[in-house]
Amino acid sequence: MLALQILIDGFAISSLYALGATGFTLIFGVSGVLNLSHGAIMVVAAVIAWAVAGSMGAGPYLGALAGVLAALACAFFTYRVIVRPIQNSPSIPKEEKEIFVLTGTLLWGIMLQEAIAYIFTNNPKTVRPLVEGVVMILGVRTPWNEVLTAVLSWTVIGLLYLLVNRTRTGKSLLAASMNPRGLTLLGFEMSSIYVLVWGIYGVLAGIAGVLLGAFLGVSSDNAGTLTASAFSIVVLGGLGSVPGSLIAAYVVGYLETMTAYLVSPSIRTVPVLLLLVAVVYVRPQGLLGRR
Amino acid sequence: MLRSRTFQIVVPGIIILGLLPLGAGGYILGLLTLAYYYAVFAMSWDLLFGFAGEVNFGPSFLIGVGAYTAALLNHYAAWPIAPCLAAGACAAVIAGAILAVPALRLRGPYFGLVTLVAVLLLQNMITLFAGITGGEIGLDLPDVLSIDDRTNYYYAFAFMVITGGLLFGLSRSPVGLILQASGQDAVEAAALGFNVAKHKLAAFCISAFFSGLAGAMLIFYMGTASVGTVVDIAVGVNVIIAAVLGGRRTIIGAAVGSIFLIGAGEVLRPLGQLATFVVSAIALVVILFFPEGFMGRILQPGGRE
Repeated sequence: MLALQILIDGFAISSLYALGATGFTLIFGVSGVLNLSHGAIMVVAAVIAWAVAGSMGAGPYLGALAGVLAALACAFFTYRVIVRPIQNSPSIPKEEKEIFVLTGTLLWGIMLQEAIAYIFTNNPKTVRPLVEGVVMILGVRTPWNEVLTAVLSWTVIGLLYLLVNRTRTGKSLLAASMNPRGLTLLGFEMSSIYVLVWGIYGVLAGIAGVLLGAFLGVSSDNAGTLTASAFSIVVLGGLGSVPGSLIAAYVVGYLETMTAYLVSPSIRTVPVLLLLVAVVYVRPQGLLGRR
Repeated sequence: MLRSRTFQIVVPGIIILGLLPLGAGGYILGLLTLAYYYAVFAMSWDLLFGFAGEVNFGPSFLIGVGAYTAALLNHYAAWPIAPCLAAGACAAVIAGAILAVPALRLRGPYFGLVTLVAVLLLQNMITLFAGITGGEIGLDLPDVLSIDDRTNYYYAFAFMVITGGLLFGLSRSPVGLILQASGQDAVEAAALGFNVAKHKLAAFCISAFFSGLAGAMLIFYMGTASVGTVVDIAVGVNVIIAAVLGGRRTIIGAAVGSIFLIGAGEVLRPLGQLATFVVSAIALVVILFFPEGFMGRILQPGGRE
């Protein structure tokens, strides 16, 4: 019984992690940017969805849509106002661009987090789920919302897979992650590819944020933890490798759920951190990393 | 030397700050005392990042190890302050050496993650063993440095000036140059016959020594050791912001950045929750438009030092 509970809960939380980390790793793969405002953008999506669906009375569907749009807007802003100016700045030496992007997105994440806390307070908020009710899966009471979270996460990841592998635009993304110079020589505009990838990222982070808000509830204080967990999943799976991130998301999700159920919820993240250190020492490129 | 810009800026600054207790009240002195400890954190971080080229996301790991070692020894073993400080600094050096091992093998984001994880693990350990460490509430210390504002101010001030002088001297010495070379291009530095690993390890140990010592002194100033003041990620973020804001690779800039950061946080306090927002926004604007930071900006036009 407990094993089944862990299996089902772990699956739902893992698919959510997978969705959150996919966008993060996509941006790194294509443009080499580690976006430390990731968690804050997810929180923005969840809180906007909560506000629109709840206090503005627009219903859960419009709320979810507003949340995703808010995340999309944040993602574009992050790219346009912070990442691109730093990458194009002539006064920042090339080898230091990375730390500047990291510091810049970190500060931007803190600003988003504080703005949310100021406007909506930092109390935890639970987004009204898209579907209500519970279902018995092999005798385990499971909210429909949890099922929906898993299904929706995998649908979005599946669509992303089709986009990247089956369409021309998607293939240009793949090519950009392999060899940006070659792509430029073929006449593709890199800047429009970056805009596209940040757009996809915004939608992914938005959906993940709204689902997280409906599943576990979100407070603005979670922003840092969310970024750290996406970062760990992505490093564990191999930076820039989407399949690696998916596997890593399940490893992390199940390890956390098992620790929470079998040992104690207070040390939920400790085994993951230890595993991460071990992997980074033994296999720095991650599970499926290229380098 | 008398005509160098650094000298012209630093010496009057030190004299003004040194004479400040004659005129300023306890409130301002207390604020600056805190800022001076942060200045040491940021200067140590700058040695690692600006010179050795290692992005350490977890300065608060080194600070926290130093602070908690001193706190535990003082609280349970009732050691006097001086040996506690020494033990804290030594523990931090060991922590620095442990952190240096992955740094020599990993690059960029991977090393950054390890340092981040180190902080999270330390924080988890402290909360997990709350019975011993005081957990979230913190550990109160039987001894304090001094109860007098001025004495505390001068302790912190002298500590900052000495550390700053040592680190600045080190950064301008041949060792500093080798460090800088290995930070920018480790392969070439090694090809020129310099022992990159040895120099980086030394940089880690020096950075850890001062971070740990400053962390230990800070908790003896405050009278309690808590996660929020010496271990939390937010502490590390502030240290990094201060160093980048003041101008990386200048050492002195890190101190200026810290004093600015603590001061700005206090001036903006009436804004309440928005204060952090405004400070982050200022830091973001500086990073976007003046990536050299305050001191980098001032020192640059004068050409070579």
